[in-house]
Amino acid sequence: MRIHVDAEKCQGHNRCYALAPELFDVDDYGNAVVIGDGTVSPDLVERAKLAVANCPEFAITLSE
Amino acid sequence: MTVYEPPVSIYGPVTDWATDFDHADPAYNRNAHAIWGELRDTCPVAHSDRYGGTWLPVTHETVREIAYDTENFTSRAVVVSTVVPDDPAPIGGAPPITSDPPFHHDARRLLLPPFSPKKIAEWEDEVRILCHSLLDAMEAKIAAGEPVDAALDYAQHIPVNVISRMLGFPLEDDDIFRGFVHDILESINGEPEERIRSFERIDAYLLAQIEDHRANPRDDLTSYLMDVEMYGEKLPDNMVGGVILLLLVAGIDTTWSAIGSSIWHLATHADDRRRLVADPSLMTTAIEEFLRAYAPVTMARLVAKDHDFHGCPMKKDEWVLLPFPAANLDPAEFADADKVLIDRQENRHAAFGLGIHRCLGSNLARLELRVAVEEFIARFPDFELDGTVDDVVWSVGQIRGPRELPVRVPNR
Repeated sequence: MRIHVDAEKCQGHNRCYALAPELFDVDDYGNAVVIGDGTVSPDLVERAKLAVANCPEFAITLSE
Repeated sequence: MTVYEPPVSIYGPVTDWATDFDHADPAYNRNAHAIWGELRDTCPVAHSDRYGGTWLPVTHETVREIAYDTENFTSRAVVVSTVVPDDPAPIGGAPPITSDPPFHHDARRLLLPPFSPKKIAEWEDEVRILCHSLLDAMEAKIAAGEPVDAALDYAQHIPVNVISRMLGFPLEDDDIFRGFVHDILESINGEPEERIRSFERIDAYLLAQIEDHRANPRDDLTSYLMDVEMYGEKLPDNMVGGVILLLLVAGIDTTWSAIGSSIWHLATHADDRRRLVADPSLMTTAIEEFLRAYAPVTMARLVAKDHDFHGCPMKKDEWVLLPFPAANLDPAEFADADKVLIDRQENRHAAFGLGIHRCLGSNLARLELRVAVEEFIARFPDFELDGTVDDVVWSVGQIRGPRELPVRVPNR
């Protein structure tokens, strides 16, 4: 699975970075970026879902 | 010292919350959850003639829609009061919170780096030390048999101290800063002339601080703002002052309210307090749930042009309150919206707003809130309200939180 951040929607709430720092980093402006190519290892799928479920701006998606 | 006397209203008491509401009536914040619940069922966008016309949407859908709509709603004024500032869009008097696109984006970019999560994380040890010293003082009062108050002795001191250090302002001026916050955010329905005089006092104080920093530059946010360039030029003093005003006002009683409300919850819900003390791994979800259930900040907009909003005839220059706390309690958006669940897993709360004006200081607010709650329950794992819920004094206006919160620490 892959995680994706929509940079147009992200407003820097940093919920994803707090919940899943293995999957997300933040830039100097506090906006979220995915680490690497966004591939989610099986042990981190639950964390990824948590990040999706807590983004106030609906900026994160998880795809097959 | 209690500075939080309700202002003398030029409007008088509220007669009907759907048609004559006033968020500066002391009954509003005290009963906010019930008022929003009632309006959500009967009148999801309420209107009052006060303040020259004010709208109050209370559903997540309508609050969200307005937050995202920078065409029909301007941020040039964000505190509903008897005085509409004459600072024009798109800059406004306290950028970037009072700014609209496209200026907003560029002004905000100047401020985002010092408030990014990684920069803010560097403050954790200082916040913890500050909390320890406040708790030491509370323990000394308890030992002497004196009453203690989690708002007056604890919550109100934390954010003002941190933002004063960041700005390089005198720490001993904390009463002055809380006075500014009171003048701007609570004294909103008094005589306009008095409000204008208080703005002049604040401007004079800020300009004196800017002059002091010009004479003695140092490594703080004020010097940074005086040095930084936008469009190839340094910011004029009045803009530096406006940004500082935003940081000072938005950085003080918002987080103080969030800390106070969280402690209020733990003082009135012993099961949650015991559970959190026993299992600190719940802290992350508990803090987010306190932010959802007791979000302190209602923002505001001015209607930018006449238009119809969900059947409401909105007129240019009318106020619109944006109660993110009410949106957070909307059952259409949150399961068990009226229950505080400290292990809530899915929590897209809007405590820090939605859209381009997401609270600039949210990372700092979260840090202060988490450390303040962690340290409070570590020192006082067992505490309760001293008296009844009627002994708690709530703020008035757009920022909601306890201003007096007497607590009792048993068996000490």
